[in-house]
Amino acid sequence: MFFTSAVLACLAVLLAWPVPLLLSRAQWPSRAPGTALVLWQAIALAGGLSMIGAFVTYGLIPFGPNLLGALAEVTRHLFDGTLPSSADLGHIFALCIAVLFAGHLLLNLALTIARTERQRSRHLSLINLLSAPMPDRPGTRVLDHPAPVAYCLPGMSRSVTVLSEGLVSLLDAEQLRAVIAHERTHLRQQHHIVLVAFKSWHSALPWFPIANRAENAVGLLVEMLADDQARRVVDDNTLATAIALVASEGTDRPDGSTLEHLHSRDTSSGVVGRRVERLLSPHPPLSASARISVLVVSFALLLVPTLLLVVI
Amino acid sequence: MATLGDLERAVMDVLWSSDDALSANDLRDRLHASDRDGARDVAVTTVLTVLSRLEGKNFVSRDRSMRPHLYRSVTSRAEHTAGLMHEVLGTAPDREAALARFIGSVSPAEAETLRELLGASSRNAASSNRQ
Repeated sequence: MFFTSAVLACLAVLLAWPVPLLLSRAQWPSRAPGTALVLWQAIALAGGLSMIGAFVTYGLIPFGPNLLGALAEVTRHLFDGTLPSSADLGHIFALCIAVLFAGHLLLNLALTIARTERQRSRHLSLINLLSAPMPDRPGTRVLDHPAPVAYCLPGMSRSVTVLSEGLVSLLDAEQLRAVIAHERTHLRQQHHIVLVAFKSWHSALPWFPIANRAENAVGLLVEMLADDQARRVVDDNTLATAIALVASEGTDRPDGSTLEHLHSRDTSSGVVGRRVERLLSPHPPLSASARISVLVVSFALLLVPTLLLVVI
Repeated sequence: MATLGDLERAVMDVLWSSDDALSANDLRDRLHASDRDGARDVAVTTVLTVLSRLEGKNFVSRDRSMRPHLYRSVTSRAEHTAGLMHEVLGTAPDREAALARFIGSVSPAEAETLRELLGASSRNAASSNRQ
């Protein structure tokens, strides 16, 4: 058990810091955003599992040689209100940390999901009152506002893509098709699920810079995935122009009224530039063998801590 | 056939464009006059159903001191839209935007680069058209 705990701890440290740092700086994800997204999820899950697993296995050392046996032993001791003679404060502390950390992460996930759902349904009922359905485009609505925005609102039963009047008048028909295809991809591929998971991870660990990095990286990857689907509908140049037009128009407002924040709060700075650059000077997609290797690594990342916990 | 959502929108549009509080009968008459799909032959009971739904969502307030009850919108259309946009743009203080925007935040420098890029690409397009 001590060996397992040490290996899990090493894995947890690697997955908490150097690995995500390297991945967030790597260039290849823009050539295979879907694959990179899988890897990010594997790193986050395996990292959390290793971290909690390291504390659990260390804490369980006095209770037995394997996980299931030791857990049964802990339950028995809990009911009896006793401790094995070899258990010291360190072991009990590790078990408490494991329970608190796991609880913190899960509770935060549940809260983030509940809050997001509540906001979305409130937003949706407002949108239904304030916007008109776009003729010939089911599931698309137009909001009467001059700022050029487009976004999608994933819903339990019905998802909506919202465009503002400002956006519709800014873009031509082809560019509009690109934007709608982009937003549809977010909805079809259920990107909000991945995004909410990483958002909750970040909000659970606000002091942990890697969580912020991961959230931004994942945000960029889902945009690239949506761009890739839009490229099937229009050519790269049209999509790049649409992105550049909306982005530059969004900040070029002399009155600056509703868009003031864009100047002050550029947390995701560089996202738009990287998307446009990727469209204008495309690199070839990552080779199939490289993509498969990444998927194998992702799978292995999840498998190793699981096996360590269950088998040993 | 108009859905409940369409009717809610039609009722709110009438309330938003009216300065005074309206009774359900007034609303029905204005809906009939508005010539909107599905609103032309709506019954007053349907209007009342829609109003109580809107009241439940806190979009409409009801004045019970008089008979018939009078209804008015709680917040103006412009305020609702502004609130929505704040949420979309992530400027609302109490909530993170729960939605993915086509374009997120852009720094001024980045916007400038993009404008230059747009200028260059339209020049390129023009020259390749000439060739």
